[in-house]
Amino acid sequence: MSRFEAMDGNTATAEAMRQINPDVVAAYPITPQTSTVQTFSQFVADGEVDTEFIRVESEHSAMAACIGASSAGGRVMTATAANGLALMWEMVYIAASNRSPIVMPVVNRALSGPINIHCDHSDSMGARDAGWIQLYGENPQEAYDNCLQAVRIAEHEDVLLPVMTMYDGFITSHGLERVQIEDDEAVRDFIGPFKAHEPLLDIDNPVTYGPLDFYDFYMEHKRQQVEGMKHARRVIPEVAADFEKRFGRKYGFFEEHRLDDAELALVVLSSTAGTAKSVVDDLRSRGIKVGLLKPRVFRPFPAQELADALRDKAAIGVMDRSDSFGALGGPLFMELSAACKIHDVPAKIVDYVFGLGGRDTTPDQIESVVRDLADIADTGKIKQLVSYLGVRE
Amino acid sequence: MVDLNAGWRDIPRGGKIVEAGNAREYETGSWRAMRPVVDQEKCINCLQCWVFCPDASIIVENEEMVGFRYEYCKGCGICASICPVDAIEMVSEAEAESEAVGAASGSDRRPAKDE
Amino acid sequence: MAKLMEIRWHGRGGQGVVTAGKMLAQVALDSGQYFQAFPDYGPERAGAPIRAFTRVSPEPIHKHCQIQSPDIVLVLDPTLLEAIDVAEGLKEDGMLLVNTDLPPEKVRKKVGFQTGKVFTVDATKIALETMGREITNTPMLGAFVKATGLLSVEDLVAQTRKQFGDKFGKAVVDRNVEAIRRAAQEVQEG
Repeated sequence: MSRFEAMDGNTATAEAMRQINPDVVAAYPITPQTSTVQTFSQFVADGEVDTEFIRVESEHSAMAACIGASSAGGRVMTATAANGLALMWEMVYIAASNRSPIVMPVVNRALSGPINIHCDHSDSMGARDAGWIQLYGENPQEAYDNCLQAVRIAEHEDVLLPVMTMYDGFITSHGLERVQIEDDEAVRDFIGPFKAHEPLLDIDNPVTYGPLDFYDFYMEHKRQQVEGMKHARRVIPEVAADFEKRFGRKYGFFEEHRLDDAELALVVLSSTAGTAKSVVDDLRSRGIKVGLLKPRVFRPFPAQELADALRDKAAIGVMDRSDSFGALGGPLFMELSAACKIHDVPAKIVDYVFGLGGRDTTPDQIESVVRDLADIADTGKIKQLVSYLGVRE
Repeated sequence: MVDLNAGWRDIPRGGKIVEAGNAREYETGSWRAMRPVVDQEKCINCLQCWVFCPDASIIVENEEMVGFRYEYCKGCGICASICPVDAIEMVSEAEAESEAVGAASGSDRRPAKDE
Repeated sequence: MAKLMEIRWHGRGGQGVVTAGKMLAQVALDSGQYFQAFPDYGPERAGAPIRAFTRVSPEPIHKHCQIQSPDIVLVLDPTLLEAIDVAEGLKEDGMLLVNTDLPPEKVRKKVGFQTGKVFTVDATKIALETMGREITNTPMLGAFVKATGLLSVEDLVAQTRKQFGDKFGKAVVDRNVEAIRRAAQEVQEG
């Protein structure tokens, strides 16, 4: 029997980890992730899981230990945020190239500097080229659900890529909401047993991990990773369908809110998408035909599907909670613009960089974005391609 | 210190703090829930409180401990704890303010709307 | 309640402000409602002014931004009336509930909130007398449910026993219950 609990994102994630019962967790604390692993370590101490918990001296060591354990032949998890993710940078790439199906919740927090402990997406967006599958969750329920699905996606034998599941620091990680926690056995049944692929500890079939490549093979190994991502595009909806069958909650590449007949569209990730939903509802009641698209899967980027969902819109406002300094705009804007260009979506697209370092984004501000879109739809002219929402001039 | 409403063009680049020692302007006395009070009869001027105070909030003049910088003192109680002769006592801030003991910290005090 | 209720709590670090928000969330959960309870974090230290937020609604809550115009503001520490503008953003027909020994009229003047409802209760005194400690969150919750009618005092008592029963001994829980009941009785409107 599932039960309803008042949980914040970290507690819900720790609960998911308890139910997954990984073989190894190697982790290092960092705000706002700390309580996830802290709560999990209490489960370890109380004997509620069989996990070997390794207290390491840094996030770099955390990921290195995870890769070692995963290669040895175990189900492995860790969690981090911001500069913790940055510190494990080189190992993050290696987890992917080793094809280690590690699952790592990343609690979105701004990268330093200046030092900032609050939410933005600079950390996970900074890692978008590392070869990990990337999922974003709006609230504690989605954090929990994505964590469970991540294990199935990562370990699928056609995928075998690590997965990072994101949720917003403090807003979701420390915000209590109503979460439906599924029955332990039902979760175990969904996750299934772990199957190791060429593990180090299989001494009857000895294998070596982490070789040197010259220019004669590196490219082929990278091409293999691309193939894993291609399979992920198929596997992610399959896992979601099974999840829906068992637990009733529906997931896809993205979520649409009143998008169908909308003329104007907002595209925004994570918790701010929730606030945008309430703005959309409010504007709709005033006769404005606006809708919301909330991406869930950022890697692999579902370009065709996104383009199809936005094909008939007049103007699209992308909201990026991170920036790429010197680029045309934020990462979501750039990838979506490319997808729309390639898949013949005629809509005008503009970018709003918002919420950096935890700057609160209000319904009023989101409404102003929609006003801009209406203006663009009317006049066909873009006054400003990239705006910084809420920055003090 | 920077105006809290300053725009991005008006603040030092890279978040650098270009006013030396401007921590002096950040009065943390309002953080206190308890404040130290010294009994000068007991005090032997060993200055251990001054050594250990993490906020440089012990006032020393002519090698004598003469009081506390209540504008900064956060009420951590380390001075009271370290004093070898128990000359320092921590009293509740609310009590102390109503008895007007020591210098009241007024840095964060907003005038009431009817003043 | 027919709609979304937005509540802002003011207190100092270490007074149980965040816990109070969470307790209310638990109450909402048990009554089948949707809720959010989240703190407003700055540098953490005991004694620093902090805020916590709670949203309660019969419908799923999508907004995740901070609460700009609360329906209800609770102030757990009377010294905050001097330090910050506790009524900032409070809706005109909103409710202010303050832990203080001042009567509601004086609080209205001090805070500058002339419309809406003002309730006061000396939660500090009740806490010290019932529990021997200045943790005002449970008596404030007692006053809160009485003032809002959100649920009955006895329902809150049952909730509290359920939530705290395992973590703390019977004696502690009983004292909290006494504090809740007293505060519910002594809260004044003005």
